[in-house]
Amino acid sequence: MTSTLQGITLKGSSELVADFFSFGINSILYQRGIYPPETFSRVTHYDMSLHLTTDVKLKNYMNNVVAQLKEWLMECTVQKLVLVITCLETNEVLERWQFDIQCDKSAKENCAPREKSIKAIQDEIRSVIRQITATVTFLPLLDTPCAFDLLVYIDKDNDVPEKWEESGPRIIDQSEEVRLRSFTTSIHKVNSMVAYKKND
Amino acid sequence: MAQFGFENDIHSILKLDMPITNAPMARWQRKASSSAMSSLSPMKASNASQNSSKTPSKTPGKGKKVTPSKMGGDRYIPYRNSKQMDIASFLLAKENESGDAKTPGASESQKALSVQLNGYNIEDAKILHLGGKPLNAPEGYQNNLKVLYSQATTPASVKKNRFISSTPDRILDAPDLRNDFYLNLLDWSSRNFLAVALHDSVYLWDASRGDIILLMKMAHEEDYICSLSWTKEGNYLAVGTSDCKVQLWDVENQKRLRSMASHTARVSSLSWNDHVLSSGSRSGHIHHHDVRMADHHITTLNAHSQEVCGLTWSPDGKYLASGGNDNLVCVWPRVQDGSISNDSQTVRCWSEHQGAVKALAWCPWQANILASGGGTSDRHIRIWNVNSGSCISSLDTQSQISSLVFAPNYKELVSAHGYAHNNVVIWKYPSFSKVAELNGHEDRVLSLTMSPDCTTVASVAGDETIRLWKSFELDPLKKKAKDKFIKSTSGVIHQSIR
Repeated sequence: MTSTLQGITLKGSSELVADFFSFGINSILYQRGIYPPETFSRVTHYDMSLHLTTDVKLKNYMNNVVAQLKEWLMECTVQKLVLVITCLETNEVLERWQFDIQCDKSAKENCAPREKSIKAIQDEIRSVIRQITATVTFLPLLDTPCAFDLLVYIDKDNDVPEKWEESGPRIIDQSEEVRLRSFTTSIHKVNSMVAYKKND
Repeated sequence: MAQFGFENDIHSILKLDMPITNAPMARWQRKASSSAMSSLSPMKASNASQNSSKTPSKTPGKGKKVTPSKMGGDRYIPYRNSKQMDIASFLLAKENESGDAKTPGASESQKALSVQLNGYNIEDAKILHLGGKPLNAPEGYQNNLKVLYSQATTPASVKKNRFISSTPDRILDAPDLRNDFYLNLLDWSSRNFLAVALHDSVYLWDASRGDIILLMKMAHEEDYICSLSWTKEGNYLAVGTSDCKVQLWDVENQKRLRSMASHTARVSSLSWNDHVLSSGSRSGHIHHHDVRMADHHITTLNAHSQEVCGLTWSPDGKYLASGGNDNLVCVWPRVQDGSISNDSQTVRCWSEHQGAVKALAWCPWQANILASGGGTSDRHIRIWNVNSGSCISSLDTQSQISSLVFAPNYKELVSAHGYAHNNVVIWKYPSFSKVAELNGHEDRVLSLTMSPDCTTVASVAGDETIRLWKSFELDPLKKKAKDKFIKSTSGVIHQSIR
C-alpha cells in the first residue's frame, strides 16, 4: 500500500476537518482584521502559507473549541459551525461565516477506511481557504472594533458539555450571501458560506 | 335482552292468554320491583322504564337518558354528536403521548417556517457556544484594512489629474553655446540663479527677478568654459575651463577667488561636497580639491581611461559617482579629512553601459540609489543600488541620454535626450511609466538642471536655447492644505503664548 492509496477513517476524517476549522477560523480572523496582524505567526500547512494566532487567550479558546469539535465530529452529531462577527459596541451581527457539516452516520470507528487520498482532500481544503482569503476583495470594511463568537449546531438529543451554553442562531437580517467551495472527506462534507450585512 | 322482551310482548299480545302488560301490576310484583329498583322512581312501572326505547311514544319522559344518537329530532336539541367530544379528547390525549398524530402537511409547513425564521430546524439541532463573552482583540486595536478599501489617494491617480504643459514656461536665448556632449554648461543655484556658460563667458540669470549678469569672460578667445557647479549654499561658483584650470567665483561680489591648476586636460565635470570640490578631466583623472587649503589638490582618483563627463556627489556626501567616455560608472568613497592619498579605491565600478556615461543622478528620497544614462550606442537608463552593487532596473529609451534629474515633488525621473528624439522625458519612478514628453528643442538636449523649489526643470540644447519646463508644480489644493496646516499650527502656538 502506498501512501496515496491510503484511505480515510472516521478518526482521520474528524482530525482533518477539525484542523480545517482551526486554520480556517484563524485565516478569517487574520484576513478580516479582527485581530491585529502582528499577533499572528506564519506557518506552512496544506502547502500554503497560513497565519496562526499567537494571542494566548485566543489560542486557549480555539484549542477548547477544536477539541470539543473533534469529539462531536467523531460522534457525527455536529451539523454546523458558525463564526459570528459582531460590532463590539452595538453587538450587531456584521458577518456570519457558516460551515454546514454533513456527516455520514454509517461510518463507525472500526469501519474499513474509505478510498480517498489525504492529498485529494487537502487540495479541496486548500481551495476553500484560498477562497476565504479572496473574500476580502468583496466583503465590506469592518470599520468598528469587532468581536467574534463560534456557534456549533449539534443534534438535539446531545448533552450540553460543561462550560458550553445554548445560544440563538444570530442571523443577520438584510444580508447578502455568498457560497464558497465545499470539500468532503467522504465521511464529513463541509459546505461553506459567508453572509454579510448589505450596504445601503 | 331488550329484543327478547319486545318479542315476548308481541307474543303475549297475540296470545291473549297472558296477563295484559299495560294492566297495573300485581301488588307482589310491584313490591318486588320497587325493592329491586332504586327509590328514585317508585311510581313508574318497571317495564315502562325498561321499554322506553321501544315504545313508539314521542315523549321519552323525563328520564336522564341521553337521546340516542341515531334518532332524528324534530325539536331543537343541542346536538353535540357531530363534535365528537370523546374522540377529540381521546386524540388530544394521544397527541400528548407522541407527535405522530399531527398531519404531515402541518408539520412540514411548521418546519419550513422554523427554517425560514431561524435558519435551522429547532427540532433537529440545538445551538451551543462556549460560555463567556465573545472574544475580541485587545483594546485600542484599529482594523487597518482600510488601506485596502481607500484608493482615492494613490499616486497614480494624482499623476493623472496633474496637467503638464507641453510648451515651456519660458525660453531663453543661449547664443554661442558650445554644442559639445561632454561638457556641463548649466547649473541652477539654491539662491535661484541659473548659470550658463556660453563659449568663453559665464552668464547668470536671476530667475526671481529676470536680470542677466555677465559673471566672467575667458582671457583668451580660443579658451572656453567646460563646466559649472554651484556650492550648496549658492554663493560660490566653480568653473572648469579648457585651459585645465578650475576657477572659484564669489557671485555676490563678482570676484574671482581662486584659480586652481592640477589637471593636464580640460575640466569637463565638477561637483561639490562641502569644502571639497571634485573635478573630472578629459585625461580620465578625477581630482579632489580642498578649496580652503593652499595646497588644494588632495586626492587623485584613477579609474577612467577617457574623459570624465559625469560627476556628482550623493546628497548625504557619502559617495561620489563618476561616469566616463570609457562607458564606466564608478562610485567613490568620501574623502577623509586631512588624509592625502593617491590610491583611493572605488566602492563600485559598473561596466554595463555601452556608451559614454554623462547622465548621473542620486535619488534624493532613497539613499544609495543612483541613476545613470548611456550615450548614443547605449540609450539605457540604469538604476543602481550602491549598497548591494546590483542593477535594480534598466530601461531602453531609444535615444541618447545626456542628463538625468530626479524630481522629488511627484517622485519622478527626468531625462534629457539627444539623437534621435532631442527631447525631455518625465518618467514615474520607480515604475518607469512615461508621464510626459517635453518636445520643443530643435537640436540635441545637452543638459538639465532642477530649480531650487523643484517645480521647474531647465534644459539647454544645441539649438542655443534654454527652455524652462514648469512641470512639477504641486497641486494648489494640496498647497492650500499645507498652508492651512502651517497657519493652524501657528495659531495653536499663539494661543498657548496667551
